[in-house]
Amino acid sequence: MTYQSEHITVNGARIHLRRAGSGAPLLFLHGAAGVTAWLPYFEELAKTRTLLVPDHPGFGESDTPAWLFGIGDIAYFYLDFIDHLGLSELDIIGHSLGGWIAAEIAARNAGALRSLTLLAPAGARVKGVLSGDVFMWSPEERANNLVHAPALAAQMLAAAAANPDQMKAQLKNSYGAARLGWQPRFFNPELQRWLHRINIPVQLIWGENDKVLPVEFAKAWTDALPKARLTKLPQCGHLPHVERTAETLAATQAFLREVAA
Amino acid sequence: MKFYAFHLMPYRVLDLAGAAKYRSPWVALPNEFYDPAKGADLYREYIEQMVFAAKLGFDGICVNEHHQTAYGMMPAPNLLASILIERTRDLDVKVAILGRALPLVSNPLTIAEEFAMLDNISKGRVITGFVRGIGSEYHTMGVNPIFSHDRFHEAHDLIVRAWSEKGPFAFEGEHFNFRYVNVWPRPYQKPHPPIWIPSQGSRETIDWAADPKRKYPFIITFAPLATVLKNHQLYKEAGGKHGYEVSGDQLGWALPIYVAETDEIAKRESGRHVEALFNSFLRMTPEMLFPPGYTSMESFLTIMAARKGTAFKAQTVDELLALGTFICGSPATVRAKLEEAHAQSGYKKLICMLQFGTLPDELVRKSTEMFAAEVMPKLRTL
Repeated sequence: MTYQSEHITVNGARIHLRRAGSGAPLLFLHGAAGVTAWLPYFEELAKTRTLLVPDHPGFGESDTPAWLFGIGDIAYFYLDFIDHLGLSELDIIGHSLGGWIAAEIAARNAGALRSLTLLAPAGARVKGVLSGDVFMWSPEERANNLVHAPALAAQMLAAAAANPDQMKAQLKNSYGAARLGWQPRFFNPELQRWLHRINIPVQLIWGENDKVLPVEFAKAWTDALPKARLTKLPQCGHLPHVERTAETLAATQAFLREVAA
Repeated sequence: MKFYAFHLMPYRVLDLAGAAKYRSPWVALPNEFYDPAKGADLYREYIEQMVFAAKLGFDGICVNEHHQTAYGMMPAPNLLASILIERTRDLDVKVAILGRALPLVSNPLTIAEEFAMLDNISKGRVITGFVRGIGSEYHTMGVNPIFSHDRFHEAHDLIVRAWSEKGPFAFEGEHFNFRYVNVWPRPYQKPHPPIWIPSQGSRETIDWAADPKRKYPFIITFAPLATVLKNHQLYKEAGGKHGYEVSGDQLGWALPIYVAETDEIAKRESGRHVEALFNSFLRMTPEMLFPPGYTSMESFLTIMAARKGTAFKAQTVDELLALGTFICGSPATVRAKLEEAHAQSGYKKLICMLQFGTLPDELVRKSTEMFAAEVMPKLRTL
């Protein structure tokens, strides 16, 4: 199985959307590095659900619209996107930057949402704990800091070196990520003040060895969210769905079954 | 041709070997490498060097802005400009601030105000420069580089309007909004102080500076001669497209220069100091130099392709001389090289960096004096 690729226009922006499977809708919001591969995690989720994987405005094959100044614009865009596709009872999975976007959407209007699964989300911080600086690291440092297992980092670097076309895609994604998360670095103090508004079930999944957004940040979420649970994964960096696919999938699916019941 | 003595005020006593262990002397080098006792002496030494240049007949003396780096100790260049204005008040010399980094401030009105103050205090001897700052400064100043160009243009428009329109008026932008713009004092020069654009060269900047509404002198900085000439040519073509002929006064070249008794002495005395400038003080990673949005994606890919193989690699004095990034030699040699470039581009503003890298005071003074006495006079008529 694989996905269908299409382009839709929402609020004047042409958006690249991947669609796979059938069943109740499940929206995956990607992290700062974009969607560079159709992952086994996606493949498994699409076996029971209609999985939607868009490129955010400013990323991948999507437009960078003139109205895109910051994270709030992306959140309102996705509310338009949800209306446009007529989605309801929607479960959202968001990784890193995508987790931040999911929370920004839900804090504004969770009416069409059923749950959030946040994989190492950006967006909230704990003072005194520093995030890693993805904008300062060299490509080698970035790969090694993204995952816990050095072998996986080496594999990622080799894959990038073998595909020079990816440099251009990665460049666009880094521009997109900077637009949303340069200052302050990948968090929004305003969101953090209003996290309690997200009154739907939230599961946080976090690698215990995350060097980008340390697992200590989970406290900012669990303290503020009324219906949150935290699943920590040992021997795991910032990409739980890639580095610990089976465990992340099991936790995701168990939670999604529970909120559907 | 007109001559301007330019200073970066580097922390020239830096422990270079110790600093080499860090990612860069920008952003990452711990400020414990800065010894205030030595730094205080350096400020004194550098101020005196600039006053010395003014007295030797340079048309202007120039300061600039850099943040959180050993490369330059002038995070607030207007403080230095104000000292220099007072120290040169009996001289017919310009004081140029090349420049202030407009996108890095949250309130560009303060720049309009400070420049207007300096213009009044100096009775119109001020030249202003508008820049975007170096990529590293978007890390250290917490400003999003994605909006660098937009903020630059908005801040520029705000400052020029604040200087030339009757206040109070409202400024309505995307990044800057002010209900009341009514700057006191008004600038001394009419309609406002000259604005120069120091740049590493990008087509967008050149087209913007050459626009007939602006005709801002374009100063290409620290680049190989071929790049300097190419950018001067692009500026001339941009003027041509706008239907006017670009004058040499609109074209500037900023570079390190060292003059000594012979070519051999000049290279021996200056070599390791200019290498320190390029290889130690300017050492930056691509992530620092080109944060996302600082250049367009197209420019970034072009730059990285051009640097492939030689990317961010140390350069020897011989390589720098061969490229024309640096000029040193006897007065006759230096004069010939400047003349040759003039014959090709017609530039009429030479911004000479006479102290660079680790170059000590006595050599700076010797070279500055020889340049003023033996290079400048013969080139004045160009």
